[in-house]
Amino acid sequence: MIQPILDVRDLSTHFFTDDGEVKAVRGVSFNVLPGETVGIVGESGCGKSVTAMSVLGLVQRPGKVVNGEIMFKGEDLLKLDPEELRNIRGRDIAMIFQDPLSSLNPVLRIGFQIEEAMRAHDKIPKEEVAHRGVELLKQVRVPDAEHRFKDYPHQFSGGMRQRAMIAMGLANVPDLLIADEPTTALDVTVQAQILELLRDLNDETGAAIILITHNLGIVAGLCRRVLVMYAGEIVEEGPVEQIFESPQHPYTWSLLRSVPRIDSNRSQRLLSIEGLPPDLIDLPTGCKFNPRCPFRVERCFTDAPVIEDVAVAQKAACWVTMKRAYAEMNAGTIEDTSPGAASGVHPHGRRREADVMAAAAEPISD
Amino acid sequence: MTDIGVLPAPATEPLLRVVNVVKHFGAGVGASVKAVDGVSFDIMPGETVGLVGESGCGKSTLGRVITQLIPATSGEVILDGVDLTKLRGENLRQQRKQLQIIFQDPYASLDPRMTVGDIIAEPLVNFKMIGRGKAKDTRVQELLRTVGLNPYFNNRYPHEFSGGQRQRIGIARALALNPKVIICDEPVSALDVSIQAQIINLLGDLQKEFNLTYLFIAHDLSVVRHISDRVMVMYLGRICEVAPSEDLYRSQDHPYTRALLSSIPVPDPRIESKRRLVELSGEIPSPRNPPSGCLFHTRCPIAQVPGICADVVPVLELKPDGHLASCHFSDQVRTKIQISA
Repeated sequence: MIQPILDVRDLSTHFFTDDGEVKAVRGVSFNVLPGETVGIVGESGCGKSVTAMSVLGLVQRPGKVVNGEIMFKGEDLLKLDPEELRNIRGRDIAMIFQDPLSSLNPVLRIGFQIEEAMRAHDKIPKEEVAHRGVELLKQVRVPDAEHRFKDYPHQFSGGMRQRAMIAMGLANVPDLLIADEPTTALDVTVQAQILELLRDLNDETGAAIILITHNLGIVAGLCRRVLVMYAGEIVEEGPVEQIFESPQHPYTWSLLRSVPRIDSNRSQRLLSIEGLPPDLIDLPTGCKFNPRCPFRVERCFTDAPVIEDVAVAQKAACWVTMKRAYAEMNAGTIEDTSPGAASGVHPHGRRREADVMAAAAEPISD
Repeated sequence: MTDIGVLPAPATEPLLRVVNVVKHFGAGVGASVKAVDGVSFDIMPGETVGLVGESGCGKSTLGRVITQLIPATSGEVILDGVDLTKLRGENLRQQRKQLQIIFQDPYASLDPRMTVGDIIAEPLVNFKMIGRGKAKDTRVQELLRTVGLNPYFNNRYPHEFSGGQRQRIGIARALALNPKVIICDEPVSALDVSIQAQIINLLGDLQKEFNLTYLFIAHDLSVVRHISDRVMVMYLGRICEVAPSEDLYRSQDHPYTRALLSSIPVPDPRIESKRRLVELSGEIPSPRNPPSGCLFHTRCPIAQVPGICADVVPVLELKPDGHLASCHFSDQVRTKIQISA
């Protein structure tokens, strides 16, 4: 059996703010196999970036990892001192961020910054550094790499800057690349190029990739496995084909039906997830998705579901799961418990049940 | 030139006609940025027309020129038979009641020191259509209810609301004057996906309820196509293709539209595994110094350069499939550019 290179166990990261304890990540466990591409999807505030920052030891005050183990190649990163962690970060685990401009130093040449990434660690022999810098720019498909190597960040376009960031990330041949919304700031044609580049680099270098995004389409295109996060927890995980074909958590199911697709039947109404994500200081009891869930039952208000197997290689944290929800919808026993439906405050609340039923009945694409 | 941008449509009069609108921004001596460079289209009553393009293509500038928030360099914007570009002062103000705008950033577009009730009632007060007493509260509460907010929130301040709720407040303000046309400038791109769907559905419901006409501007083609009847694709200040939404995924007449479609990730691993990206060479050229001939020829995979594409500006014209497109080789777009394996 292949050993995972990253094994996160029961990770919790909280932020101790003046308003209270923000429980940003709570009991998250997952692993990444060598060369694997894993997507973490979720909406703002779901804890996907904080999870990545925790892995890299980059959580800053008032935030703190309060529990868990982060095993990287057999070593618990949380037990290392800052110096030891610094030797791993940027060398064995690299990270690229959403905004390439603010991640690059504006007064230093691109080439210098790529070389700096190598000089900071002794993995690449000194005499190879200069040569490898240009090679890296070529590898990330920057045209005219020899000349662009001497440019400053402002002379690069957004897409080129992100390529330069990826080159820096790859400089020390990492085993794991964490990409946090790497294309969110980019135009769609440039985004597609960067994603293709990441796909190729995963093949060429064998580095595992954790891709953090809110965009389900990007996960479908790049990742083999996906973790869905909601309110600080992993609510569902599994192989992408399975999760997209047969999601078992109502949040995943709703999310897939709430985005307009370029290939969809246009007349179909989007399924909106009513309400808002919960306040991470004052979380609801039971399942954290219960205030917004169209399929909730009595138990969801009292007991928090644990994540457990729902199919081969697929796990979900739900008392109901979509299998049962579909069975009940077919039997006609589901009732509308959506927020506002009973009070009549929400004028569109009455449409809720019909929307959910319609969304369940129709295929997503033509 | 005036009927450019019109597909065969029912024989009613267009509600909004944009005729050869140009907006150049000065950029130093003798230089100018051609943000919008000769755009014409019509919108029929009750129709939603989408305007899509990448950053810097001029789509937001066009929206602002139409609402007369910035003056056009030349061209006409005819709303209900009246050319707004010829109006000044009070006359323009009165006409503009018909035309409202919803902005992208729900944080920047609401005054943090005003209550939600005052924000929504401001257009009504400006036009002296309402007093300050009970009638105002009643109308504000009605508008709040219309956009799906608790009507008793009228005394709260914007910071007490989430992004999606603020966008609802912006929509309520736009509805206050019973406008005919609403320009939606990236109204959902700052919102999380689950909230996006709420706002998109709300805009659709309001359109049916009040017979609204929308110009929906966004960079996300999936969103634009979902909400629009027709989609216009803009590149470097000009419109390169106009197509009915149902048709756009199946058929494209401009290489840029096809490249754009090939770039959009679909949340379906089976489709994604077969997708092929159309490689565009280089970057978007600067609108300060746009290419000769076809604006897209520097990046186009099928351009004839040197030749017609570098020399002759293609006209936006009706193609056999009913789209309008500005391409010399639109008949070859689908056969020569593969987007699926």
